[in-house]
Order: sequence, then structure tokens, then C-alpha cells
Amino acid sequence: MSERIGVYICHCGTNIAGVVDVASVSKWAGEELADEGVVISRDYKFMCSSLGQELIQKDIKEQKLTRVLVAACSPHLHEKTFRNACKGAGLNPYLCELVSIREQDSWVHTDKVAATAKAKAITSGGVARVIHHEALEPLLVPIHPATLVVGGGIAGIQAALEIADAGFPVYLVEREPSIGGHMAQFDKTFPTLDCSACILTPKMVDVGNHPNITLLTWSEVQKVDGFVGNFAVTIKKKPRYIKTEDCTGCGICWEKCPKKVIDNVFEAGMGNRKAVYVPFPQAVPKYPVIDDVNCTYYLKGTCKACEKFCPTNAIDFNQKAEEITVEVGNIILATGFDLFDARRIPQYGYGTLANVFTNLEFERICNAAGPTGGNIVLRDGKTVPKTVGIVHCVGSRDRNYNVYCSAICCMQSLKFAHLVHERTGAEVYNFYIDIRTPSKGYEEFYQRLLEEGTRFVRGKVAEVTNAARVPEEAGKLIIQVEDTLIGKQRRIPVDMVILSSGMQARYDSKEVAKLFGISCSADAWYIERHPKLDPVATMTEGIYIAGCAQGPKDIPASVAQGAAAAARVMGKIQQKEVSLEPVRATINADQCSGCRICNNLCPFNAILFHEDQMVSEVNPALCQGCGTCVAGCPAGAISGTGFSNEQILSQIDGLLMLNRSYATVSVEK
Amino acid sequence: MTEETKPFEPTVIGFTCNWCSYRAADMAGTARMKYAPNIRLIRLMCSGRLDPTFVFKAFASGADAVMISGCHPGDCHYVEQNYKALRRFLLLKRVMAQLGIEPARLKLLWASAAEGAIFASEINKFVEEVRSLGPLNWARPEKPGSETILEEAKA
Repeated sequence: MSERIGVYICHCGTNIAGVVDVASVSKWAGEELADEGVVISRDYKFMCSSLGQELIQKDIKEQKLTRVLVAACSPHLHEKTFRNACKGAGLNPYLCELVSIREQDSWVHTDKVAATAKAKAITSGGVARVIHHEALEPLLVPIHPATLVVGGGIAGIQAALEIADAGFPVYLVEREPSIGGHMAQFDKTFPTLDCSACILTPKMVDVGNHPNITLLTWSEVQKVDGFVGNFAVTIKKKPRYIKTEDCTGCGICWEKCPKKVIDNVFEAGMGNRKAVYVPFPQAVPKYPVIDDVNCTYYLKGTCKACEKFCPTNAIDFNQKAEEITVEVGNIILATGFDLFDARRIPQYGYGTLANVFTNLEFERICNAAGPTGGNIVLRDGKTVPKTVGIVHCVGSRDRNYNVYCSAICCMQSLKFAHLVHERTGAEVYNFYIDIRTPSKGYEEFYQRLLEEGTRFVRGKVAEVTNAARVPEEAGKLIIQVEDTLIGKQRRIPVDMVILSSGMQARYDSKEVAKLFGISCSADAWYIERHPKLDPVATMTEGIYIAGCAQGPKDIPASVAQGAAAAARVMGKIQQKEVSLEPVRATINADQCSGCRICNNLCPFNAILFHEDQMVSEVNPALCQGCGTCVAGCPAGAISGTGFSNEQILSQIDGLLMLNRSYATVSVEK
Repeated sequence: MTEETKPFEPTVIGFTCNWCSYRAADMAGTARMKYAPNIRLIRLMCSGRLDPTFVFKAFASGADAVMISGCHPGDCHYVEQNYKALRRFLLLKRVMAQLGIEPARLKLLWASAAEGAIFASEINKFVEEVRSLGPLNWARPEKPGSETILEEAKA
């Protein structure tokens, strides 16, 4: 055996060493695997530490190692670390292999003997494989300086502005007619009680005016091709029926439009808009949209009032959807959340009892620009409530709906309590499971509410009903709850109920994830690369996530993530080139019979067929390295770098301890 | 189970794709979910990389069973290559039957990166199923100890 292999077994503190007898694995590998070429085998407390890496580097130099096998954590965590360590000592980084004895062994098994035996098998498999590794050079491809930001809520706005301010072009895609997202619908923000619009709209205007931002509202991403540094994104611009180059946003069209439509999006069903509309007065861009589902012209073929009155002839009823393709190097997904549908909990009465409101409806009622002009009134539009009940955790922390905590509802409910108290003097009850106020200034806000005299009842509300049992309850909504602090069932009559509905992933979040090639958690939130150390990157290079698309969070956290994602993107752009894993398929033309079976196996059209020579060839720029053609080639003419047949077949033998003494691996109970 | 009879411990080789099922294994690890130590995993870039030869190689080299795992249909990182794995899986089962290997020794598992729990519980289930099938006992002259099997066969 000509290779000189170094084997390194990591203790990972007690993470591995607590279950696997690392010293015996290391000793065993040094003795038993010497015939494979193992010249040194060590175990060390933390292989990934700088001391651990120096240990490997010293051995590479002194022992003249040609291969390195590290048995430690998942390659998804530290493969890069150990490859770089090898590179630092002058060994090609791809001659290093990392096998997992933590995630796949010590963390999932309790039987120490069996886990140690498995660690030996995994090490043996890794050694057998690493022998067949080849020295590879990463593929360098240029990074397109433009970035696509999907979603124009506060997270997307922040990301777009950060990147654009740094001088790089940004395409901001939003499917609604205006950017602003959920934050534009809110009245006040907790805990400072600043007016939401006052802090958001200047940012929206900046986006609209920014020379580096191409704003594509009323648009949706249709297709994403390519890979990090070189994405080609097809965007569908839905027809606005407005010539934006002529429109001045004067507002005469929506003034004259005779058709009123209930606004289920921005006003959360609490108010009306016209068939030609801007969602709210500060909308960016200022151009309206004609709603072709409700517009009288599209329904009946006549009306065109807007066209008659438009002073600049900007209305175009014949506009068609348009598809554009933009080239970008990186993508940030900030697609936000949907509100939990409170109708799914019928016992809370939303949708059947008029004066049960959702949190978003209440935000609109509170908002001075909202349907009631900021007056807190019941559904009839005039009665001011004397008692208000706020129900926390609606659809959250409940195994029947969503098990997670929606993070913002406690603070939002406290904010509501404060606003109701301040504006109406009504008595406010908060029904909570636990009060969670973990951010800066939040606990202080809670204390302030306690002093203001808001009532807190610890208990999950069983029912909201209008069925009175005693005369005092007549005409009221009765909240039935077990007050767990006094251990009693209570019936509390109120005039208004606000349900703090939790956050949910967007209804189409799974399809969007598929479109961009990233993964979703079981709750359909996008999964970050690492929950603690890489919260805005995804497993797909060049695609980042920010804001509530990743999980429930409040405005400061969304802004921080937007900025973080932007920083990551700018870092990538500054590198000018990205190195891609050299995992590619290559066809040996001498062995290729020209059968073309591989041609149809490739979803990326990376395999070309040369008619003249009757052979196929892989285009390395298009090949993604899945290896399906390698497995499919009947002539064995295709080889896959990084995952070659020799590597895998040897690993199988290694894992199964072929030719190894079985006594050392037997599983004894 | 009496004290004298040791239970048969099958050896299972599992192929995972880099994107979903290997990450499901990682997730099972991070969440400290427990499963049978009988499985040893090999990471491929995609379940589409699974050459049917790998499965037979594993059987020939002493595996009692093989598990192939990949992304859920429609979720493949490489668009649709897991469908090719599915085709090969179905074909493999037929070939296995013809070779006299119980098709139940081959399992296909779709596991997303979020499904560590499913990954762990399916492995446990599979190991139990294989345990009840017993050892594959393909005669392997290279395997120390298999001489006895050959001798028994002669006698």
C-alpha cells in the first residue's frame, strides 16, 4: 500500500468519548488498519480546535501523510475545517475524509460496546474510502454582483437597502401591489409604542427611490435556474393594467371607481377598497392596480370610469402578464408568515360571534389610517367596549394546531391591552398560558402593564360564547376559562374578544422552498444552515433566508436577519468568485458506446452528445454532481469525482469489516 | 430470550443522499434520538447515485440488509433523481428475488432533513424485520469464520 494514512479520532469532549471508547478505536485503527496504510492513529479531546488541527498538520509534515481520515462529527459541520487544515499543511484538501461517529454513533446509541464497535466499522470504512480519494481543485466561477430579494416586508426591505447602499444592484420582488408587508398594517410597535408606519414608510420610500434597487411589485418568481453566483431567475410581472411610465399616482382613478371591494389583504377584511386601488396611502410604488377579478369592466365589459377620468391616459385594459429573466449571484428569501386561521378553533367563536376579532383585525381598528379611524369600537362601528378579553396563544403551543410558540403574541397582547386601556379606559383581561417577554425592554413593558391595572388570568381559554347563564351575562361574550392560579373555573363577560393568532409559515412555503431548492421544517418554516451559528444561510449555496420565513420573530429580529443576510451576500459578492465543490461527472470517451442512456438521466441538460464521434460529454459548468449518470452508465464509462465507484465499493467493504478480525467488532450484550 | 441464546444482530448498510436523508441522520443525532447500532451509513450526493451494484456488493461483503434513503419525491435537490433511485429499487427487489435473497432485505426510505424521528424509528423497524429474517449467510471465503459454514455445507 503506497498511501500513508493518518487516522484521528475525536473525543468531542464527552460527546463522543462518553459513549465510544475512543482510545480503543484509535489503538485498533493503528494496529488493525496498518495493512491499509495507516501509519499513525491518534485520539484527541477536540480535533476541530486549533491544537487538534495543528496535530494533524504536524503529522502531515513529519509523517509525510498522503491521506487524512478524521472520525468526529458530521461532515456538514467540520468537513471544511479539516480540509483547510490539510491544505494549510500542503496536502490537497480533497485527500481528507471526515466520517461521523457523533451524529451517527455516540449521540444515537447508548450501548457503549456496540457504539465502539460501530465507530471502528465507520473508521475502517473511512480509511478504505480515503485511499481512493483524488487530489481535486475546486471550480472557480465568477459571482454576478446583483442580488434577488424575495419579499418586500421589513426583512426584505432591510436586506435590499443594505446591499443597495453598498453599491450593488438589487431586484426586490413582492407579490402584493406594494412593499411594506405585515408591518405596514400595524398601528404601534412594542415596547416603545412608536407608530409602525412612521418608522417603516421612510424605508419604503428609500427602496422606491434607490438607484440600485429594481422594484418588482405585483410580481412572482416563476423559475430559478443555475447555482450560486449565477442564478437566472424568471419573474412573472402580473398585469397592473396601468402604464406605470405615465401614471402619476394622483388617485383620481380610485376616487372615481364605482366598485367597492372588501379588502381582505391589507385591511384584514375590516374595510373596503376600490377595484382600482393602492393598498394604503403610503404605498410604494404609488401606482395602483386594477383588480381584474372584481373590476366591472372585466365582469361586464363596460364601465372604464377610471380610463375616462385618468388625466394622463395611464390606464391600459389590455395589459398582459410579462415574464422577465434576471441574472443574480445570490438570493435572499424574506417571504414572511401567514396568520393562523382562528376559524380552525371554532369554540373561540371567530367568524360566528361578531365581536371576536383577530389580532390583525384589531391592528387595523387601532390604526388611525384604518377603517374606524383609530377608534376602538365593536363590529357595529360605534359602540366602545367596556371590557375586553385578549386570548393569548391562539393556535400556538397547542398540539392540535401548532406546537411552537409564535414569539410575538405575548408582547402584542400586552400592547393591545395598553392601547385599549389608554384609548377607552376599558377593563382589559389577558388570558395567558405563560407570559414570555425575553427581549430588551419587554419585561419592563409587562411590569408597566401590571401597574396600569390590566388583569391577567393564567389559563387556556376553553370557550368564548354568547350563551348567557345569568342576567349579568346577557348580551355579552362570555369567556370560559380555568384560572389555574386560584384553581377555579371562571366565566368572564366581556364586550370584545381579541384572539392573538399565532404565526404560520406561508401557505405556499413548501412550493417556494422547492422552487429555490431549500428545505422546510415539519412546520414549513425554511431551515437555516445551522440553528445557532449560521441562522441566515441555507444548505443551498447562494440562497439566504431572513425574517419570519425562517420562524416566528418580532420586528427587531427580522431587521437583524435582513441585515445579516445582506452582509453575507455582500461578503460573497466581494469575493468576486465562488469556489464550487469539484464533485462532477466525467465521461471517458474511449469507453463510451454512445448509447445515450445518460443523456436522458440528467435533469440539468449537462450531457451533450457528439453526433460525429458518437460519444457523450459532460459540461462541467452545468453538472451538479448528483451522480445518477455514473450509476446509470451500462459501460461504466462515467466516473464521479468525490464519489467514485472505487470509493464507495471500498467503503462498503471497510464498513463491513471485510478481511478484519470479527472478534474485535462483535456486538456483545 | 434465554440467557444462552444471543440475539442475532444484523448488519445493515444504509445509503443516504447528501441533502435530505443524511441530514435527517444528522438531525436524529443532534436531537439525541436513539436507534439500533446495527446500521452503518454511506453518504452519496444523491440517491440517484446508487448503482445497483452497491447493493449486491454490500450483500456479498456481509451485509444482512441494505437501506436506500433519499429526499421525498418532488423534493430532490437534483430535481427528480430520487425517482431514478425508486426505479432501481423496484428493479433490485425483483432481481433479489431471482437470486434467492428475500426482497424484504432491501428498504427504501424517503426522509427529509426535518425527519430525524422518522429516520430513527424506520431504522429500528427495519433492523427488527431483518432480525426476524435471520442472517443472510452468503458464503464468503474471505470472511474469517465462514470456513465453518463451508465445512458445514460439505458435511
